Amino acid sequence: MSKEEKKVNRRDFLFTASYTIGAVGLGAVVWPLVHQMNPDKAQQALATTEVDISQIEPGNSITVLWRGKPVFLKRRTPEEIAEARAVNLSDLPDPQKDEERVKDGKDEWLVMLGVCTHLGCVPLKDKGDYNGWFCPCHGSHYDVSGRIRKGPAPTNMEIPKFEFVDNNTIKIG
Amino acid sequence: MSDHEYTPKSKIGKWFNDRLPLLTLGSHLTDYPTPKNLNYWWTFGGILTFCLLTQIITGIVLAMHYVAHADLAFASVEHIMRDVNYGWLIRYIHSNGASMFFLAVYIHIFRSLFYGSYKSPREVIWIIGLLIYLLMMAAAFMGYVLPWGQMSFWGATVITNLFSAIPLVGESITTWLWGAYSVDNPTLNRFFSLHYLIPFLILGLVVLHIWALHVPGNNNPVGIEIKKPSKDTVPFHPYITIKDTFALLMFMIIFAGFVFFSPNVLGHSDNYIPANPLVTPAHIVPEWYLLPFYAILRSVPDKLGGVILMFGAIFILFVLPWLDTSKVRSAVFRPIYRQFYWILVLDVLMLGYMGAMPAEGIYLVLARVGTLYYFAHFIIVLPVVGLLEKTDPVPMSISEPVLTGGADPALARKDNEKI
Amino acid sequence: MKRFKFKNLLVIFTLFFASISNSFSAGGGGELLKVDWSFKGITGKFDRASLQRGFQVYKEVCASCHSMQYLSYRNLGEPGGPEFSEQEVKAIAASIEIEDGPDEQGEMFIRPGRPADKFKNPYPNVKASIAANGGAYPPDMSVLVKARPGGSNYIYSVLMGYEDPPADVTLDDGVYYNKYMIGNKIKMASPLSDDIVEYSDGTQATVDQMAKDVTTFLSWAAEPELEERHRTGVKVIIYLILLTTLVYLSMKKIWSRVDSEV
Repeated sequence: MSKEEKKVNRRDFLFTASYTIGAVGLGAVVWPLVHQMNPDKAQQALATTEVDISQIEPGNSITVLWRGKPVFLKRRTPEEIAEARAVNLSDLPDPQKDEERVKDGKDEWLVMLGVCTHLGCVPLKDKGDYNGWFCPCHGSHYDVSGRIRKGPAPTNMEIPKFEFVDNNTIKIG
Repeated sequence: MSDHEYTPKSKIGKWFNDRLPLLTLGSHLTDYPTPKNLNYWWTFGGILTFCLLTQIITGIVLAMHYVAHADLAFASVEHIMRDVNYGWLIRYIHSNGASMFFLAVYIHIFRSLFYGSYKSPREVIWIIGLLIYLLMMAAAFMGYVLPWGQMSFWGATVITNLFSAIPLVGESITTWLWGAYSVDNPTLNRFFSLHYLIPFLILGLVVLHIWALHVPGNNNPVGIEIKKPSKDTVPFHPYITIKDTFALLMFMIIFAGFVFFSPNVLGHSDNYIPANPLVTPAHIVPEWYLLPFYAILRSVPDKLGGVILMFGAIFILFVLPWLDTSKVRSAVFRPIYRQFYWILVLDVLMLGYMGAMPAEGIYLVLARVGTLYYFAHFIIVLPVVGLLEKTDPVPMSISEPVLTGGADPALARKDNEKI
Repeated sequence: MKRFKFKNLLVIFTLFFASISNSFSAGGGGELLKVDWSFKGITGKFDRASLQRGFQVYKEVCASCHSMQYLSYRNLGEPGGPEFSEQEVKAIAASIEIEDGPDEQGEMFIRPGRPADKFKNPYPNVKASIAANGGAYPPDMSVLVKARPGGSNYIYSVLMGYEDPPADVTLDDGVYYNKYMIGNKIKMASPLSDDIVEYSDGTQATVDQMAKDVTTFLSWAAEPELEERHRTGVKVIIYLILLTTLVYLSMKKIWSRVDSEV
């Protein structure tokens, strides 16, 4: 390698190093500017809601707000449970057993995010062809387990993380 | 300039460039012939561009979280500081960024004063620059109101009351500015709106500022025209870009020092007390960058007189190119003007100090002396010195700093010395 | 030669800044007491144990009059703060009665606090706090340290500055003499006395110890980002120095093609 070439190499190394390290720095600057739009610490702290369910009669449901979205809490009658479990899984666009959508031993309680999985509207209760919910926006029909049966929605309504604090209280989140 | 001969190499490039000559513009900017003897005082243009963009970007982010309402503004700033992801970082960059912006703009302005960059044929660049400076002050003032602390509130009250000094219509103007009978929620709302608008006006003026600069080209430390572009100039890229980048990084180190290790040292502690219309802080002062003007305002015992003098201190700069009668640009070759230049620098620093002190006793006397000199410098010293001063011989060209025939080594040294 | 002058300018302006900021921080009372706080300096960190003790002093002494409305109980468990465990934070919050509502019947109700709740105000509003404190507003303490010239040292000094008034000073009822308070008159009686709280970690609760602890706690409350800020700052400065060096060398290389000094 001639002297000239060595000089050129050193120059190339300097420029490459400057550009690379400069680019790394720019990347590090971009992250705070992006991350600031994510939910802040106050939002994250509100991630759980406790609901008193002692007043709900069988067959009725209530809607509560969790993270700015409605959550349906439905106390199902034995007939409704039986109906949900009689469905043949192969008839479902998003096959899922009713047992997988409720807590063991608490199968009268259906707790699910009341948001249509198509484009985020809130379905109406006791409407539609399957005794469940019906989304008025684009006509998705859900059954009494909240599973999609007909319409454009791709999946069943989502079950949030929740637990029974005691027999009368559910903690969502 | 070689940009007229530029033709893109690729076919697509040529197709696009024929319709919108962005590539020609880019090539003009990279090839722009820049005097090769520019010193570091010339890097502040680039630094200022960085400051403006930083303020705009962090400002847009802050506006996503800030609430412009008298009852909620203070709390929303605390929300940004405590809960928003990296909110503290973005707010401290923005608040300290204002100070860094002014630090850079003052250096930029005093560079121009030393090297005579405001003189023919660059008067329009200078005037656009002053308009930018005026808008910067408006933006900074309104931005300082937004956190709705005690200094925000009382600063807004004092500054808006300046307009009440105008005879006959003064009271109506202040009420109109407030949208209420005192500084109140409507005032905060409109200040927020304007604070968001002004930086984009500044950005537009910056484009004009650079455009106007690219017509005659840069001034330089010797203050003479380019004689032989091939010998006297270098292409903007990479020579000036790399130098500007180096200077910018040095600047950023200081900037980061403030942001991370003393983010509140340039502010005032009273602004962490929520605005209270019933109690004025014992000692109210503007941010440091407005202190010299504040000292001028307070040095006049008459309300209207003080306001006129304060605005006059800025507006006199607009006629500066015609007040300076000297044919020689750079103070390097003006031994008498150079002395007065440094007196002006010290005078403005002193005025700034007096602006932070209580307006009484020796402080008031010194503020008055300072004000007197400030105006005398522009109205008397500049025209007179320009006419009477015997300037040093000016070199023939940038690359040959020594006079033809006059092989005086002292002259060559002077050119290298700068300041 | 030129670089040297560039640096000179920076020195001049830094001095200018310093003189201006000094003129701002001139306090009202006497020369403040100075404490060698662990959280000062570029790598400063809070003393966890002191923060936890300071919170105890705040809760048992200050909180009966002073609000701290911008803090939430969850903050007590966040990194860089007192760092109570999740269980401790829940217990602290649950010991507070928070008014919530309206419920399904439209009634307000009382429930135990949760970590997401803001610190409870001792008074329903500012006017009530003024009325209950002899006409003086007990300032909100969330950003008190940043809101006073002298910051932490000022808060500590005021807590330590109670003494008998000089002979030429007469005080009205409910006004106390304080050596460091701006104007020397304060409407808050000396809040601390030896063993007014009992520290669970066995630290002797002297007035000086409690004043230091609660000042540390208030300093964190005003700047909960301080530790992260210091850590990030050190990294950023090191990075910038590295990049500046590289760019400087690159610049030297590029300009070596031109017969001009840089």
